[in-house]
Amino acid sequence: MNESRARPGAPLPEAGAGAAQLAAEDVAFRYPGSAALALDGVTLQVPRGSLCAVIGPNGSGKSTLARILVGRLRPVRGRALFEGRPPAAWPRRELARRIGVVTQSEETVFPLTVRALVAMGRYPHLAPFSAESAADRNAIAAALDACHVAHLAERGMAQLSGGERQRARIARALAQDAATLVLDEPTAALDIAHEMAIFELLVRLRRERGVTVLLVTHNLNLAARYADQLLLLDAGRAVAAGVAADVVTRERIERSYHWPVNVFPHAGPGRDAGAPQVTPLARIPELDPKPEPDPHA
Amino acid sequence: MIARLLLLALIIALAVLLSLTVGAAAVPAAEVVRALLGDTDATTRTIVLELRLPRAVLAVLAGGALALAGCVFQALLRNPLAEPYVLGVAGGAAVGAVGAVVLGLAALAPAAVPIAALAGAAAAIVLVLGIALRTGDALDTRVLLLAGVVVGAFFNAVILLLLTLADVESFRSAVFWMMGSVASASWRAVALLALYLVPVTAVLVALARPLNAIAVGEETAHHLGVPVERVKLLGYFLASLAVAASVAACGVIGFIGLIVPHALRLLWGADHRLLLPASVLAGGGFLLLADTAARTVAAPAELPVGVITALIGVPLFVALLRRRPA
Repeated sequence: MNESRARPGAPLPEAGAGAAQLAAEDVAFRYPGSAALALDGVTLQVPRGSLCAVIGPNGSGKSTLARILVGRLRPVRGRALFEGRPPAAWPRRELARRIGVVTQSEETVFPLTVRALVAMGRYPHLAPFSAESAADRNAIAAALDACHVAHLAERGMAQLSGGERQRARIARALAQDAATLVLDEPTAALDIAHEMAIFELLVRLRRERGVTVLLVTHNLNLAARYADQLLLLDAGRAVAAGVAADVVTRERIERSYHWPVNVFPHAGPGRDAGAPQVTPLARIPELDPKPEPDPHA
Repeated sequence: MIARLLLLALIIALAVLLSLTVGAAAVPAAEVVRALLGDTDATTRTIVLELRLPRAVLAVLAGGALALAGCVFQALLRNPLAEPYVLGVAGGAAVGAVGAVVLGLAALAPAAVPIAALAGAAAAIVLVLGIALRTGDALDTRVLLLAGVVVGAFFNAVILLLLTLADVESFRSAVFWMMGSVASASWRAVALLALYLVPVTAVLVALARPLNAIAVGEETAHHLGVPVERVKLLGYFLASLAVAASVAACGVIGFIGLIVPHALRLLWGADHRLLLPASVLAGGGFLLLADTAARTVAAPAELPVGVITALIGVPLFVALLRRRPA
């Protein structure tokens, strides 16, 4: 990590080794003008150097939770903590040196080159008028390499495929040199190869650099295989949390997603053999390609 | 990057030289250089130093300010159709200027027109930013655009009302003002505009990095540590001031603020670290060349410079658009 990084003036409470990197304590949130709570009493601890996946149906509050954890939204009840302090208590630039965020979508009206986009990740490290230093250029090059987009550096973002664009955006978050990454559906609309590449990149970052990762995803199967812990949200409430075997069960998934599923252990090969894998079942038997009696009947 | 900016600066220098040589009385380049060094007869000196040079400098300043403001608005609004007048500044300025002409203030004191234009532009800025600040999210892009359009439409109605009440002579001079011109240049006007534009330009160009981030998305910019709300407020306010100054001095010159940033993006990409200073230089050079053409092609008559910017600019832009890689 960057040695010259200035720690904020105040001593950090409960920021010792083993403390949760990201935490939510009984967090509730209501969007202005909405009657219902988008989040209601969610508690989560993401230990340093772990990979946490937030899963749940559309509109269950996954993105809202991610936004609260990184300080984009303020909870109406409870509190979020990053390294022991509420995100709002951090100076914004200091927070940006410590958390890299990949949001769901970005504008592409005036596309930059990949290199310029990744270089943006150095923003929190640069004084207003200073040029990029050797350290900045190294961080940019390392991020381009880690995400396998170095060969695309001079291409415009508009000329990339969806997977390449997403890798460039993750590279920008890496260039921030942040020890924590928060990603909101980074593999939406990607094919299996690109999706696997991003999951493996996140696992590698966690293993090799001790990066803490919070990932919002709809891919239950990859989340079950790669995450250290999962949080299942349903209508703003945390209905299950813990390791995949406890969260990704047939009962819980069916109850939250309102769809019949089968859950079988991953056959392997690999260290993640045995991880629960979800297969949705047909609800209209005559549309099932191979008609079988409903296993839940 | 430096090389590209130097190239643009060189083009401006050549354009200035060209604009000093051509006109009703042709002055050879060597004579122009001598006049600039103060070593020539009084008539040539007056033509070069008192008539043509202030006009050239005014064109460079106003063109640069318009292109810069257009570029900043396009980035902040993330909208390729944004241009310097999108937030109603031109409408406000025009109400002030046309009002001064129609009410006869212009006849009493020529300085009344730019002062009234500046006041109108300031009123438009306060009105549009005020509406946007009071509605929902701080400076929501859509609210701001709608506020600009609505306030602009209101001012247009006021202009039409004023023109209906005007006599023929006022009508004519009001319409000419609205077409935009740098013909009224004087060293005093140039100095006032420069005093105002140079610091505004410097701050806006220094916003390049935050603007890059905001052009990608406000949420992303926020997560990169950019003080998004402050940058937006500063950007809108300063860019509007630059437009107001340019409109007060030269009227409503269209097209430059829309097309120059787009042309530069097509040529050199969308990175504001290059785009902002390049817009200032290219906008200035473009307006100067357009003005030089406007006062020479149909001499002794002078065409409205806005006609030339569109007549040259559109084919040029279409050509650039066609050679853009898919």
